[in-house]
Amino acid sequence: MPRIIIQLDRVGMIYQTGSGPVEALNDITLDVAEGEFVSLVGPSGCGKSTLLRVAAGLRPMTSGSIIVDGTPVTRPIPKVGMVFQAAVLLKWRSILDNVLLPAELAGLNAGAYCDRARDLLKLVGLAGFENKRPGELSGGMQQRVALCRALLLDPPLLLMDEPFGALDAMTRDDMNLELLRVWGEATGSAGRKTILFVTHSIPEAVFLSDRVVVMSPRPGRIADVVDINLPRPRSVETRATAEFGQHSLRIYDTLTGRKAGAAGVPLQALS
Amino acid sequence: MSNAARKLAEILPAFVLFALLLVLWQLAVSVFGIREYLLPSPTTVVNAMFSGHINWWGHIWATGLAIFGAFLIAAVAGIALGVVIAWSPMASRALMPFLVFVNTLPKVAVAPLFLLWLGYGILPNMLIGALIGFFPVVINTAVGLMQIDDDMLDLGRVFNAPKWKVFAKIRIPNAYPYILSALKVTATAAVVGAIVGEFVASQRGLGYVIITSQSSMNTPLAFGALVWISVLGLVLYGAVAALSRVLAPWAEGQER
Ligand SMILES: Nc1ncnc2c1ncn2[C@@H]1O[C@H](COP(=O)(O)OP(=O)(O)O)[C@@H](O)[C@H]1O
Ligand SMILES: [Mg+2]
Repeated sequence: MPRIIIQLDRVGMIYQTGSGPVEALNDITLDVAEGEFVSLVGPSGCGKSTLLRVAAGLRPMTSGSIIVDGTPVTRPIPKVGMVFQAAVLLKWRSILDNVLLPAELAGLNAGAYCDRARDLLKLVGLAGFENKRPGELSGGMQQRVALCRALLLDPPLLLMDEPFGALDAMTRDDMNLELLRVWGEATGSAGRKTILFVTHSIPEAVFLSDRVVVMSPRPGRIADVVDINLPRPRSVETRATAEFGQHSLRIYDTLTGRKAGAAGVPLQALS
Repeated sequence: MSNAARKLAEILPAFVLFALLLVLWQLAVSVFGIREYLLPSPTTVVNAMFSGHINWWGHIWATGLAIFGAFLIAAVAGIALGVVIAWSPMASRALMPFLVFVNTLPKVAVAPLFLLWLGYGILPNMLIGALIGFFPVVINTAVGLMQIDDDMLDLGRVFNAPKWKVFAKIRIPNAYPYILSALKVTATAAVVGAIVGEFVASQRGLGYVIITSQSSMNTPLAFGALVWISVLGLVLYGAVAALSRVLAPWAEGQER
């Protein structure tokens, strides 16, 4: 049994806003094992982003406790890689300097990370773009740069908030494969990063994950946890298997409250 | 179309209109026999601009120095205040009402006081220009520093990056387009301030030339000084625009 790296225990989060308190998370209890790929799916506004940020210590939670790697989270935990829906690259910096940003912010010698930054860019097919500016790259390329930036300090934990949500379907599928490759899917679970991945695409969650956590509308609670035991490494064919469809349907049913086996699933929900 | 040709096509309409107006002006003055002290013709103005009867270079130098100094003081003080306001909510609450009050003062009316306190010379004119010009810089700097994507700030938080580092590496570069567009406004304000100061009291400068030529009914001289003033203004504006292209090439066309 692998080590538990993230332990969320009855986590609750209430935002105080001008128009009164907004309960974003309610009683979230979840364990994530080291090297595990866990996706969070749920309707928009159900608290997925909040959960990621609370887990990283970027926002103080209102109740419950979070333990990451044996330490209770009370402030931003070091060495987390974050990727957001927008690439949020610094447009005044070159691609290489964008990837090096975490080293600078963490007070490390950026020069020492130059080679690693170049290797990462090469890994995601961006060799030769080091000196370009973000504005010269397509959305998919920018998101790859954001991924390299998140990986620069080799963090054991990756938190990804709808990282491919703004990409077209084809680019998104490419990026999914790329992410699994970078994660080290083919090399087995030893030394793999732990990934918490937010998406509102059911197929994306099923394709990538070991487990999919389905959340209910606000306040976000855990409605279902689906184990995805599809064999790895996964490929385009994975999407065509019967199991893939079954997992997707189960998640769809939980999300929509549809009775299992009833008719009328719009095709685009599952593709 | 080549790049140069496109540029040319862009400026051509304005250029043609300008030339046309000059020609019309020249014709109107000679056809209707307008008196020189009412409206001198363009050629008369150009003659006046280079006439050896007055020490143009001395006046241009004095006004240019006042404008440049005003701009520099406004830029430095404005950016510094903007950073302070964005840095500390407490400082912001303390400073903002005061700054808004200063900005509502008619600065032209304050000019005589400056002269009273500081005496004749270039310095009071500089300060009047700086006073008129610094407010937009403060506001734009503060806004540029604070209008930032929350995700971008999370990048800093993840690494427990110290506040000064987040300012130096993320917030300040993010504010460049805001600051640079404010500096363009300030370049114009600096000209106004310097001239106002010279109007109120001075023995040198292009503003002084206008005032004295008015009393001697030497209108071509006043027009000449006016053109020199706008040349100075254009040079400063052009320098700021060039600086912004060098400093923030990525911000071209997205200034606010
Ligand atoms: N900074 C905030 N202040 C107040 N309310 C917020 C804040 N961030 C999120 N919320 C609210 O919390 C709820 C969950 O938001 P979020 O975590 O962004 O959901 P999701 O990522 O699932 O779309 C939403 O109702 C949202 O309006
Ligand atoms: Mg979200």
